[in-house]
Amino acid sequence: MNPILFIVFLPLLAAIVGGLGNRALGNTVVKSITTGALFLSCALSWPIFLKFIGGSAEASVTPVLQWVHSGGLEFDWALRVDTLTAVMLVVITTVSALVHLYSWGYMDEDPDQPRFFAYLSLFTFAMLMLVTADNLVQMFFGWEGVGLASYLLIGFWFKKPSANAAAIKAFVVNRVGDLGFMMGIFGTFLVFGTVSIPEILHAAPGMAGSTIGFLGHRFDTMTVLCILLFIGAMGKSAQLGLHTWLPDAMEGPTPVSALIHAATMVTAGVFMVCRLSPMFHASPAASSFVTFIGAATCIFAATVGTTQTDIKRVIAYSTCSQLGYMFFAAGVGAYGAAMFHLVTHAFFKALLFLGAGSVIHAMHHEQDMRYYGGLRKQIPWTFAAMTAGTLAITGVGIAGIFGFAGFYSKDAILEAAFASGTEMGRFAWALGVFAALLTSFYSWRLVFLTFFGKPRWDQSEHIQHAVHDAHGHDSHAHDDHAHDDHTHANHAHGDGTAGYHPHESPISMMIPLGVLSLGAVLAGYVFAPHFVGLEGATEFWKGAVVVDTHLIEAAEHIGAWSLAPTIVMLTGLFIAWYSYIRNPGFPAAFVDQFGVLYRFLLNKWYFDELYDVLFVRPAFWLGRQFWKIGDIGIIDRFGPNGAAWVVAQGSRAATKLQSGYLYSYALVMLVGLVGAVSWVIAR
Amino acid sequence: MSGFPILSTMLLVPLVGAVACLKVEAKAARTIALAATLIDFALGVVLWLNYDIGGAQWQFTERAQLFAGFQWALGIDGIALLLIMLSVFLMPICIGASWKSIDKRVGEYMAAFLLMETLMIGVFSAQDLFLFYIFFEAGLIPMYLIIGIWGGADRIYASYKFFLYTLLGSVLMLIAMFWMANEAGTTDIPTLMAYSFPVAAQKWLWLAFFASFAVKMPMWPVHTWLPDAHVQAPTAGSVILAGVLLKMGGYGFIRFSLPMFPEASAQFAWLIFALSMIAVVYTSLVALVQHDMKKLIAYSSVAHMGVVTIGLFAFNRIGLEGTMIVMLSHGLVAGALFLCVGIIYDRLHTREIDRYGGLAINMPRYAVFFMLFTMASIGLPGTSGFVGEFLSLAGVYQISSWVALVCTTGIILGAAYMLYLYRRVIFGVQAHADAAAMPDLDMREILMVVPLGLAVLWMGVYPESFLAPMRKDIATLDARLAQAKPRGDANVKMGPLKVAGAKPAPAVAAEGAK
Repeated sequence: MNPILFIVFLPLLAAIVGGLGNRALGNTVVKSITTGALFLSCALSWPIFLKFIGGSAEASVTPVLQWVHSGGLEFDWALRVDTLTAVMLVVITTVSALVHLYSWGYMDEDPDQPRFFAYLSLFTFAMLMLVTADNLVQMFFGWEGVGLASYLLIGFWFKKPSANAAAIKAFVVNRVGDLGFMMGIFGTFLVFGTVSIPEILHAAPGMAGSTIGFLGHRFDTMTVLCILLFIGAMGKSAQLGLHTWLPDAMEGPTPVSALIHAATMVTAGVFMVCRLSPMFHASPAASSFVTFIGAATCIFAATVGTTQTDIKRVIAYSTCSQLGYMFFAAGVGAYGAAMFHLVTHAFFKALLFLGAGSVIHAMHHEQDMRYYGGLRKQIPWTFAAMTAGTLAITGVGIAGIFGFAGFYSKDAILEAAFASGTEMGRFAWALGVFAALLTSFYSWRLVFLTFFGKPRWDQSEHIQHAVHDAHGHDSHAHDDHAHDDHTHANHAHGDGTAGYHPHESPISMMIPLGVLSLGAVLAGYVFAPHFVGLEGATEFWKGAVVVDTHLIEAAEHIGAWSLAPTIVMLTGLFIAWYSYIRNPGFPAAFVDQFGVLYRFLLNKWYFDELYDVLFVRPAFWLGRQFWKIGDIGIIDRFGPNGAAWVVAQGSRAATKLQSGYLYSYALVMLVGLVGAVSWVIAR
Repeated sequence: MSGFPILSTMLLVPLVGAVACLKVEAKAARTIALAATLIDFALGVVLWLNYDIGGAQWQFTERAQLFAGFQWALGIDGIALLLIMLSVFLMPICIGASWKSIDKRVGEYMAAFLLMETLMIGVFSAQDLFLFYIFFEAGLIPMYLIIGIWGGADRIYASYKFFLYTLLGSVLMLIAMFWMANEAGTTDIPTLMAYSFPVAAQKWLWLAFFASFAVKMPMWPVHTWLPDAHVQAPTAGSVILAGVLLKMGGYGFIRFSLPMFPEASAQFAWLIFALSMIAVVYTSLVALVQHDMKKLIAYSSVAHMGVVTIGLFAFNRIGLEGTMIVMLSHGLVAGALFLCVGIIYDRLHTREIDRYGGLAINMPRYAVFFMLFTMASIGLPGTSGFVGEFLSLAGVYQISSWVALVCTTGIILGAAYMLYLYRRVIFGVQAHADAAAMPDLDMREILMVVPLGLAVLWMGVYPESFLAPMRKDIATLDARLAQAKPRGDANVKMGPLKVAGAKPAPAVAAEGAK
């Protein structure tokens, strides 16, 4: 049996057994089955990836089952493995296996653990189907499957109204993107007569310059198709305009944020653009569009990230921003760099999220960084892991010697954008460099607020609860005397700790942090030559993505400009240090001075409010109008009710034959039948 | 099987059962009804297994002259086979759904259902114009009785609305049938399907049939009978109404309007497209603001039927096959959703969405199935809903990108109203003590939802089982329509400058544009 079958279907099997077995099997059994399946998948994935690294593997397709054959439209279930897939396989199975393990500790007190683990495995299966797709429709299957799993996991704590709202928002906003994806598939089929990815990619260059009628106008064929498909990518990868669901998705448990909303699902859009790179390569206009959206998202999310106080939301906006980097890399033609950043980002961002989860775990579910502070002594291992992640995301390193993961991948992207020579490329470079400054600032801000300074825990309700529960108050007494206790606690512990003692997380949570730290430190150094190296890239990718060697070469010769990311990184670090350690009064003073800007950023550029006014309210309003005025007020009034009135008047005047409608109906039928028979006889 | 009149047997079994039900008391009537529907289902399976895919167009044909040229003519092609399978599959589930909830006049109720089964199978197997008409129209009588006698509080208004709309269409259709029989000199449906009516007359005939089928679908704006009928009908009535009766309109288009009046169909495609686009957007938005579960699902049915009609008039095989899969899938999924509503209605006796909440806590099994059918309804790939919707929309894209775009918005709105429903019923806190005390699915209910769930997944993962029987018939229809096929709006043109060595545009690329 081909190992890819096990890699993909073991998680599905585990999800079905765990999900249906649920309480009958019990927590430990379900957790063991799902986690075991994932580690097995992971163990089978790495040899495949290493074979591609070694250059000894070829692309293969494993057929599974016929799916749909209709007219000329044919697509089957099949598993494709090439370099691009192999890269995704290790990212998905590794992070997923580690997140499964981490959840043993993190979700230990949850009453609903089997369901959680089944969802995680189901997600992994869908994601694997997405990356192994050999045709666009199977990719769409995985695409929607991960959307379902994401919906279920965001709303995992289904009693919370905010979690439910976030889950629906995630699904529906993604569906807006899916509208583009589906239209893109239809258009691609119309143009190429197939949805098979290799066949499309083979024919795509030949369609450059052709035109197509779309919505009553004529456009460049490849531009229309690529932009439609890219709208799908924008939804899944939370790009500007369709990004609003991602921050809200933080309602889900933190392991979910790490796996789905940082490392894997949200990168599906980047994967799709890279998978279809010959199509995008055939349309400069669509590529410019991708570059623009990527760069805009990159800067937008970074600005918002600087003001958020919820530790998970900071990381969520950071994710959004980093995805922007990947997209503009793809937009300028550096698909290898985009995939490279996808991989390094998966490691360091999963690390940051799981680290944040460890902090939240230690701080009794408090997520507001304003109530953290001074934690480096209490949870030193988490602090070390978060620091590794921060060094990686901010891109610390010295060229030619050693750097953390982000140093290689982010610099490769910025250099490629600069070297691309197009105006859009330069624009993306400028925004990307500025975003790098902001990245450095908000990442270090997070570290400083959380781990440095004095404890500010006593202001946190969660901590107060924890302390009082520990002191043996029953819940009623607590409610009745909350105020008294509060002052009492402050009085007793004037050091800001409220008497709370954070503990380091259990071993099941620390192992994943350790492994991911390793990835965040080494992934860039080890894999850079293969993903973006001048000699290595062509050999490594083997045509799985378009590799532009001229661009890679140009990117290596941009001179002093290549120092820009390092300079802004240090600047961001300095500002964060100055604002949160050297002079902690500075942020407040800044906010006083620039209140409008601060509120604009804090409220995320008012996208949610805007969409609420533009789409959500009008949809409900229109629904009510159509129902009350359209259906009841017009159609029913002049239709059946009006007809009934006429019939009632008419029948009263004309005849007293029958009163029941059934009889009149039967009568009409009878007349019909008599007519039919008499016609037949008379013929 | 040659020679054995299996179709007549399938018509006869429920009919005999119906008569028997009238004579016995409640308990026996339930058993008889279940037995009769299960026998019919078994016969249906035999029918499917013996159906020769790729063989003669019309199989299991039966011909008997009755009187004066009026003939008992039965026979099925792949399209009819699938719809018959849908009917016989849903019927035992309907009987199961009525097992406990119906306690007055049980014998009559079961008789009405069995009679309806006979008439439904009759519609899909009739090969004579007037035989079809009788089955088609008579099928409404038991439905009318089911709503009017065993329905909810407003059942009289609902059943009369149902009647008025239907009357409108059927009279016009009957007149058109007379004219056709006179013109072609035959009432044999296969002969008529190949008969070329004058183009000028086609227009009027098409409109007359349209009047009937549009109401049955139902299409906007003649859809307002459906929400009322669904809301008032007992659970099983809703299941069969959504599951099978709504498919008669689509079947009518595919059996009559398209093959008999191809030119008129092409001429009026714009009308269908316009109404369908309105239906998808309008009724989806209306579904969003409903407080009554059944009404919400009823409005969603209208939106789904919009996807059926655009696929029908896409004039290509993908659209037609997509349409058929949407019809089958909607029969299963909407039926299952109404069943799910019925299951909690039996416990709490209200359809108000706000009276529920937090059911995931006390009814976890129910929550799983409801989620599956919700996902199928919003067309998640891997479920039956996706295959049909995708093919239908892909088909219509070949003709018009505008129509495809507007109708594809249904995937956004559908997700919105279904997930909003699911959230209010299944998620959240247990706000009402009585809803929180409801027990999870019992064995009878599990036996009803499991087959539906499996069928939905089967059709989603391996739809070939359902595509294969009708492939040849759809191809025949497509060939018949080829003469009238409209041009697509895509019209791909190669650029003046081609990359060296690039192939010219593949011929298939512009297939829809010819």
